[in-house]
Amino acid sequence: MLDLSKWACLGETLLDLMSKYKDCMALFEVNRDREIGSWTYSQFFEEASRLAALVQDHGFASGDRCAILMSNQSKWLFSATGVFWAGGILVPLDYKLTPSEQLSLLKHSKASVLITEWPIWLYLRKENWDLDQVLVLVTEAPANAQLGRTIRWETSLKKPFQFFKRVREDVACIVYSSGTGGRPKGCMLTHGNYLYQAQVLGEMFPIQSKDRYFSILPTNHAIDFMCGFILPLHFGAAIVHQRTLRPEFLVSTMRRYGISHMALVPMLLKAFEKRTRENLESLPKLKQKLIQQLIALNAKLTKKTPKYQFSKILLKPIHQAFGGNLRLLFAGGAFVDPSTAEFFYRIGLPVVIGYGLTEAGTTLTVNDLRPFRADTVGKPLPGCKIELRDQNKSGVGEVWVNGPTMMKGYLDDPDLTKEVLVDGWLKTGDLGIFDPTGHLKLVGRAKNMIVTEGGKNIYPEDVESTFEDLQGSQEVCVFAANYIWPTGRLTDEQLLIVVRPNPGLAKEKLKSAILERNQKLADFKRLAAFMVWEREFPRTASLKIKRDLLAQEIAKSFQKETVLQTLS
Amino acid sequence: MTSHTLSKLIELAAKRFRIEPRTLQPEDDIFIKLEMNSFQALSLLSDLELAFDIEIPDYELQGVKTFQGLADVIDKRR
Repeated sequence: MLDLSKWACLGETLLDLMSKYKDCMALFEVNRDREIGSWTYSQFFEEASRLAALVQDHGFASGDRCAILMSNQSKWLFSATGVFWAGGILVPLDYKLTPSEQLSLLKHSKASVLITEWPIWLYLRKENWDLDQVLVLVTEAPANAQLGRTIRWETSLKKPFQFFKRVREDVACIVYSSGTGGRPKGCMLTHGNYLYQAQVLGEMFPIQSKDRYFSILPTNHAIDFMCGFILPLHFGAAIVHQRTLRPEFLVSTMRRYGISHMALVPMLLKAFEKRTRENLESLPKLKQKLIQQLIALNAKLTKKTPKYQFSKILLKPIHQAFGGNLRLLFAGGAFVDPSTAEFFYRIGLPVVIGYGLTEAGTTLTVNDLRPFRADTVGKPLPGCKIELRDQNKSGVGEVWVNGPTMMKGYLDDPDLTKEVLVDGWLKTGDLGIFDPTGHLKLVGRAKNMIVTEGGKNIYPEDVESTFEDLQGSQEVCVFAANYIWPTGRLTDEQLLIVVRPNPGLAKEKLKSAILERNQKLADFKRLAAFMVWEREFPRTASLKIKRDLLAQEIAKSFQKETVLQTLS
Repeated sequence: MTSHTLSKLIELAAKRFRIEPRTLQPEDDIFIKLEMNSFQALSLLSDLELAFDIEIPDYELQGVKTFQGLADVIDKRR
């Protein structure tokens, strides 16, 4: 039984685990079909302690902040562990943001150290930001690279590191939930938040030391940080990193390492579903029919609870395509299409669906698979309280949460913190309803934002700055389409721009101007549609757009289908 | 070199996404024009590696928005 109560901080628990499992395999790193590294727990200790000593040697002190900007790889974990041992606060940054977005968050976090990879560092350097105050450690730099003040991550050091213990109330990580183009939201999450979350999830979904977790989401992602870093190490299991997300190499890695667990965002889950369906459809008709019958039988016999060994034998060819050892898929980051989750459950691969926010740790509710439910996000985790406030006649209300995983607040933004954290309760901005069995169903958002299938939170205000002074426009405002015209679903969410054009401007001209700016955004942030609004936007005394009022006026005047112009 | 790369790239993209090659232009936004997500873009990258006999790391796709941009990435690796 997992017992994390004796530990005060992540650094302490990670240190204990390294000696407890010292001879077990901790990590494998693969690039395409080539294994490029493997580490036991004691070798993990060596790497992380060298890193801790290296940053300390350059003046990094307990309580200092260190940003990590890396793709999915083992050095992310070594670095994070080293930072925790040095008593530091980790700032995980998203490597898929644009360099200027990454740098603006780095600056906001006041990190004194940045750990990054050579290709990312090349992009960052082009931005010409003043990084004189930041110590940069870069991995995988070519031997002849001109590094200047930058230090090689691989630098060897004979000095031992000094361990600094933190307490549960101390901030462990500053995780940005949004704010790349506007007001940064750096969620301060404590060691206590993470340890509590690990305890609860570990009890619900125990892993065995022989298990292999496939880490394909970047570890800056809350789900991978918990499921692909903290949790497997607590059970002495091994984590496998694949440097590419090419589907063919994902499958070959699953086979080669006998992957038992993995976490996915809905976009990847759908890609796996499509591939599996295509494989099934390519079989001769008779075989297809037989497999469909076996799938139906499996669904019937696992209705109450998953029976992994049984499903594995019954549907062997399908399971072989996932490596033959896959037991559990964790899905999150965005709303999971129930039909996709249902598909996987029917073939004997249960998808654990949960609901969480960066502001509240990793997960608030989770489906415990007893029985499997594809239509809800499960029940609240032990210790997590959920209230639905301002409920309508059908019982739909705004989700407010309280519990041991709530963040301390937003970094350097007490006003914004006060807006979302009221008497310890977090206002999520999501709309939900409880069913009679206590499962939470999410039915929409009270806030103007979208979550992509790739698990990215996009706030229209962050995107809007790209369209300021749009050629031919007098005013622009970006919305989540669902915010204006609620659909009751959280799939296929899209952003749209509302434009008040200059009089007489041709729509085609406006469209090309929007398309040109749209290209400047990261692909997951791009607008899907635009609409023309001829009236002046309602504004506050301080000239801010009254978004809620504008949205109401648009919804009252138009139906979505009649006004939206696609940008494709 | 680039024009050959570009036309071959457009041909492959058109084939994978079942779209008429004539409708694809060098400066088109690949994500919008092909209506693909980043995961599908990686599958396209696999096709390109095979066709051009090169290896393109995933990170090379960062910041690439047009067919021309993608053709430049390919040429850099050839």
